[in-house]
Amino acid sequence: MEKKVVEHVALLASLSLSQKEIKKFQKQLTDILAYIGQLEELKTQAVEPTSQVTGLKNVFREDESRPSLSQDEVLSGTKKVHNGMFKTKAIFE
Amino acid sequence: MKKLNQLTIKEAREGLRKKKFSSLELTRTCLERIKRLDKKIKAFLTVSERESLEQARKSDKILNQPPVATNRQVLLGIPVAVKDNFCTEGMRTTAASTVLENYFPVYDATVVQRLKEAGAIIIGKTNMDAWAHGSSTETSQFFTTRNPWDLGRLPGGSSGGSAAAIIADEVIGAVGSETAGSIRQPAAWCGMVGFKPTYGRVSRYGLIAMASSLDSPGPMTKTIEDAAFVLQALAGQDKMDATTSPKEVPDYLMALEKKLPGLKIGIPKEYFLEGMNKEVVAVVQGAIKVLEKLGMRIKEVSLLDPQYSVAVYTILQRSEVSSNLARYDGLRYGNDRASFGEEAKRRIMLGTYALSSGYYEQYYLKAQKVRTLICQDFDRVFSQVNLLVAPTSPSVALKVGASLDDPMFGEIQDILVEASTLAGLPGVNLPCGFSKEGLPIGMQIIGPQFSEELLFQAGHAYEQATDWHKRRPKLT
Repeated sequence: MEKKVVEHVALLASLSLSQKEIKKFQKQLTDILAYIGQLEELKTQAVEPTSQVTGLKNVFREDESRPSLSQDEVLSGTKKVHNGMFKTKAIFE
Repeated sequence: MKKLNQLTIKEAREGLRKKKFSSLELTRTCLERIKRLDKKIKAFLTVSERESLEQARKSDKILNQPPVATNRQVLLGIPVAVKDNFCTEGMRTTAASTVLENYFPVYDATVVQRLKEAGAIIIGKTNMDAWAHGSSTETSQFFTTRNPWDLGRLPGGSSGGSAAAIIADEVIGAVGSETAGSIRQPAAWCGMVGFKPTYGRVSRYGLIAMASSLDSPGPMTKTIEDAAFVLQALAGQDKMDATTSPKEVPDYLMALEKKLPGLKIGIPKEYFLEGMNKEVVAVVQGAIKVLEKLGMRIKEVSLLDPQYSVAVYTILQRSEVSSNLARYDGLRYGNDRASFGEEAKRRIMLGTYALSSGYYEQYYLKAQKVRTLICQDFDRVFSQVNLLVAPTSPSVALKVGASLDDPMFGEIQDILVEASTLAGLPGVNLPCGFSKEGLPIGMQIIGPQFSEELLFQAGHAYEQATDWHKRRPKLT
């Protein structure tokens, strides 16, 4: 797998990889994809895909609010809070 | 005379109700066992001593009331271990990853709620492969759990901690989760009962998601009857998980008392792999003969080559993993994505690639279509037989270090369980013998969706005719 493909995938996945990791993944991902290639042996032109096996459809509930978490509970997982909100890096200048 | 920590759930329930001992004594004995042994076995990431003793005292108060109050709570006063990917409110939950090393959930998973409603005492959280990525428990970012039968070997995974805790008699019952083999395989390597229910039988709400179309919580116990007690507490529709089944939960315990129906058992010839460990083959074939003596009709059947399910599973699981792990941004809880271990990164990378523009049809869509073929294959076979029996794992417990540097270790170890998990089928591992070196060997029984009662009946009949489930490793 080309280095720039690995770098692009890492960008999509928000993972910062070291040069060593990129090299390792180039080889490992190539090997894994080669192994998976055997699926080409099976004919699936007329086959419908299965995304889940429950057979359930349209599992809905009434659009009514229910007890949920308090703001304090939600914010309790991190110290990076400000005025009752999560702090994050700016994405606009 | 058994020590209290050596009891099964059934024996503990009886003893508690007959007032032979208290839940406090039972819980204390387990805690002492954990204190003494767990530095060698390393099954637990978190032990909740104060809270579990408090719960034990509360249970004893209830147990001292008339029986009508206690009968609904099937696990009242029983100490259980919970795999560390189930959210436990106020109790650290890590999924064995440093990303969540200081994560304290603000809610309980439905599985945990139902355990509590059933009166169980959650004694602690067990070690696992980080994010459930693995079949060894070696990818835990904290430490590797050891197989109690041979401390130089792996317990299997990803529910290795729960398996080890049970077979080492550190707890009376345990819960694990399976995405492809993570309940059945460590159960096979540790010589105990691992029950993976039908997908959708038990709620995934609060289970740290690995592959959403596959994850199945389930019991890990000392006997098949114990598994029925636990599943009775856990099973059933949940408003918080739209993939749970609206099907009524049968009385599993009553099913165990019914006469075994005439059963046709299919033995898939493709599951006796070329080059597989000969002892595993011999021991499982011996177990099949026992099933025959019990009156079950044995018939050879043919299934799609399991190697295809490895490929399908690898793509679908890693794709769903890449999506489910996208939420860990370190902003609202946990550490940031730099804390992911190598195995997690590798799976995220492959999954992201398989779902990305230009590759989606070739990999993910193709895998979904072959998944349909796998489901149809099982439907075909289950029109001829009631249940399938096969080895659970192609090998016995491997040595510590065996999984490192093998980018597909997990998927290849789980070759005999992946097809059934892709089809959402229930399966149970039963210990059925040992290798010459004294390592456990397991056989699995697989059934159609929602055939848990049949699995319990067949498994119970096998257990009553054998004593493998009574064997324990020598631990001092």
